[in-house]
Amino acid sequence: MTHYTRRQTLRLMLMAGTALAASRVLAAEYGRGAGMPWSPMSGEVPYYGTGADRFFSRDERLAVAAICARLIPSDEDGPGATEADVVTFIDRQMAGFYGRAQHWYMQGPFAEGTSTQGYQSEHPPAMLYRLALAELDDYCRSQRGGAFAELSEEDQDAVLTGLDEGEIAFERVSAKTFFDLVLENTVEGFFADPLYGGNRDMVGWRYVGFPGTRYDYRDFVGHNGAAIPLEPVSLQGRPGWSQP
Amino acid sequence: MTKHLPRVDVVLVGFGWTGAIFAEKLTAAGLDVLALERGPWRDTPSDFATTFAQDELRYYWRHGMFQEASQDTLTFRNNSAQTALPMRRWGSFLPGNGVGGAGVHWNGQTYRFLPSDFVARSHNEERYGPLPADMTVQDYGVTYEELEPHFDYFEKICGICGQAGNVNGETIEGGNPFEGMRSDQYPNPPMRMTFSQDRFAASARALGLNPFPVPSANMSRAYVNPLGLQMAPCTYCGFCEKHGCGNYSKASPQTTIIPVLMRRPNFGLRTNSEVLSVEKTPDGKHATGVTYVDTSGEVWFQPADIVILCAYPLQNTRLLLLSEIGAPYDPRTGEGVVGKNYCYQVMSSATVFFEDEYTNGFVGAGALGMVVDDYNGDNFDHSGLGFIGGGYIACGTTNARPIESHPVPEDVPRWGSAWKKAVRENFLKTTSVGVHGASMAHRSNYLDLDPTYKDVWGRPLLRMTYDFTLNDRRLTEHLTPVAEEIARGMGGAHVKVNARRGSYDSKPYQTTHNTGGTIMGTDPASSVVNRYGQSWDLPNLFVTGAGLFPQNAGYNPTGTVGALAYWSVDAIINQYLPDPGPLVRP
Repeated sequence: MTHYTRRQTLRLMLMAGTALAASRVLAAEYGRGAGMPWSPMSGEVPYYGTGADRFFSRDERLAVAAICARLIPSDEDGPGATEADVVTFIDRQMAGFYGRAQHWYMQGPFAEGTSTQGYQSEHPPAMLYRLALAELDDYCRSQRGGAFAELSEEDQDAVLTGLDEGEIAFERVSAKTFFDLVLENTVEGFFADPLYGGNRDMVGWRYVGFPGTRYDYRDFVGHNGAAIPLEPVSLQGRPGWSQP
Repeated sequence: MTKHLPRVDVVLVGFGWTGAIFAEKLTAAGLDVLALERGPWRDTPSDFATTFAQDELRYYWRHGMFQEASQDTLTFRNNSAQTALPMRRWGSFLPGNGVGGAGVHWNGQTYRFLPSDFVARSHNEERYGPLPADMTVQDYGVTYEELEPHFDYFEKICGICGQAGNVNGETIEGGNPFEGMRSDQYPNPPMRMTFSQDRFAASARALGLNPFPVPSANMSRAYVNPLGLQMAPCTYCGFCEKHGCGNYSKASPQTTIIPVLMRRPNFGLRTNSEVLSVEKTPDGKHATGVTYVDTSGEVWFQPADIVILCAYPLQNTRLLLLSEIGAPYDPRTGEGVVGKNYCYQVMSSATVFFEDEYTNGFVGAGALGMVVDDYNGDNFDHSGLGFIGGGYIACGTTNARPIESHPVPEDVPRWGSAWKKAVRENFLKTTSVGVHGASMAHRSNYLDLDPTYKDVWGRPLLRMTYDFTLNDRRLTEHLTPVAEEIARGMGGAHVKVNARRGSYDSKPYQTTHNTGGTIMGTDPASSVVNRYGQSWDLPNLFVTGAGLFPQNAGYNPTGTVGALAYWSVDAIINQYLPDPGPLVRP
């Protein structure tokens, strides 16, 4: 039999650090004829952030907003990351459990890995952003004459293409890993429910025609290829419900 | 100190689909049953109610209900020459956690494997000659005919909605003409189909193929199952897979079994309790119970007469390895059994882009689709093709959750104005014809313990060594063009082929159909458990789930997982309990 003393177990828990802090719920026993248990809001509540939750410094926020604005530009075809306030979404995410990689496996040793092995940085997302953004602005100042946010759109696109295609390398973190993560987070911020701070006024959903979180389309199953014009609804409701 | 608890008749490790099935049958037979689940309690009103269930960021991208990788993940490499590294966040598959397991956040596509799938080695060798030496494909040791009543019962528990094609030998128009003989119809009619399925079915028929509705665990109408539990009609909301259903419209352990179980005095469930090892008698011939740890760090020994592993296949394999039960598989010698024959699924697709018509993918459900089986299993002649097995080819409309689903044509860049415009132009106007390919066992694909990385309790992580095989590559090269041909006949303006090329990539989501590692069979030298799921080494230890599959078929696994669970628990009640001991003498 494997014996774990209480002291060993506690030591393991301490070694695990933040990982176990995520388990808020203690063991519980159910059943024995008592029927289905119920308690309010027992599920893991989403980290939606508030106006007070910020991770980025002023300069970091400017740089991220400028990157997002090139990944999903505002143009004649419609709104982009700026109107959707994607930078606020990312800022809040970095301030929460996601930015700390609280639910990711972050024990070492760390190695670069193959292209099929996924995220292998020793830095959680928030710190990856911090280190990469500093190097990005250093690179832009030395090569293009200003911080990333100060460059022309053409120069910004050229720099982002360099990151995407692995032509620009950073010293402390992988520029490509950073680019892929920013792109992923920007798409999230454009299309996630507005409660997380991006997709403001559901501009991302309106732009593509997604009706949001309606949860009942039985009347439309037989659409037979016709458009279904529906105003979007978010988990917070929609403006029409609270305005006269 | 480990604290000793009072004995129970049966302890279940994990409480998802198979745990609920075993608990319901064993408590009905009068046994005292305790389930240990390492995740939390989960249920519809508290965890995925209609006012917040449809949150794509929370449930998929932030892994709201999946196994917590920070506490326990696995390491991965494509081949044994590489160093495996941890899957630091989930990608290619999404193991469940908590009450209901992955049965909470599945799509609900509920197939039966074909009769020939259960005898894959003997059937294919008889028809095509010997398999290559490195293909470790095996027979299950149980046949479709033996499992049929259990398939039927699981379909009735779930309220599966479908169209039978073969009831008692009578062929029925509109069903699957290739399916094994059924003893009864599906309990509910198929779901309503949308524009995309209509186009797919017409194109498939024009090619001489035989489309039929995907058997669905999303309800086409209100339904009361044999346990008296009621489900509501599906609202086609498009938030099935990766999400829980707020409408009680998707069969899950919670909607079909657990409420009945929770009223029985001889059933107990402990949540947030993770089993660390299965314990044995000093002679190693019987299981004595399990050691588990709760989230306060307290370690407990739970004695039991019977131990049943009901966790996810990857966890069941790891638990046997950590408990030193069964010989670990060694790919160099081909000897050993635990961790052997890890298989997956070989997915590819063809996306159809329409110009004028709207597909409205947000009107969808996890198992809403039409499918052809003409290229699955051994439903077609493989002579000269150089591979065995196949896959279904289907057009499903499961969702338009926009972070995940925004397909664009192949010449569009990944970002910028051109990308944005292409997303808008195509968001409501695409559908996909998918190939769901079988994965055949190979000597070099396996699971063992990682030498370097540890979980939160200091135990080695499971290590996965896996890549697509020659059989997989030939299979997908043969079937993907069929999907493309169907797609081209659907009247769209453009078709983009998403072929499966290169090595297996652990990053993009493919499917949560991990199989093998604790395989069943007829010989202790080549399988972990016998045809009843009973350990060859410890007769009072049983293993459940898709880990029993010696190789994976071209279908979603849950229907077969359910049937195998009912088959196994039936053997425990009717054969093992009257005469405890090995149910099969090697």
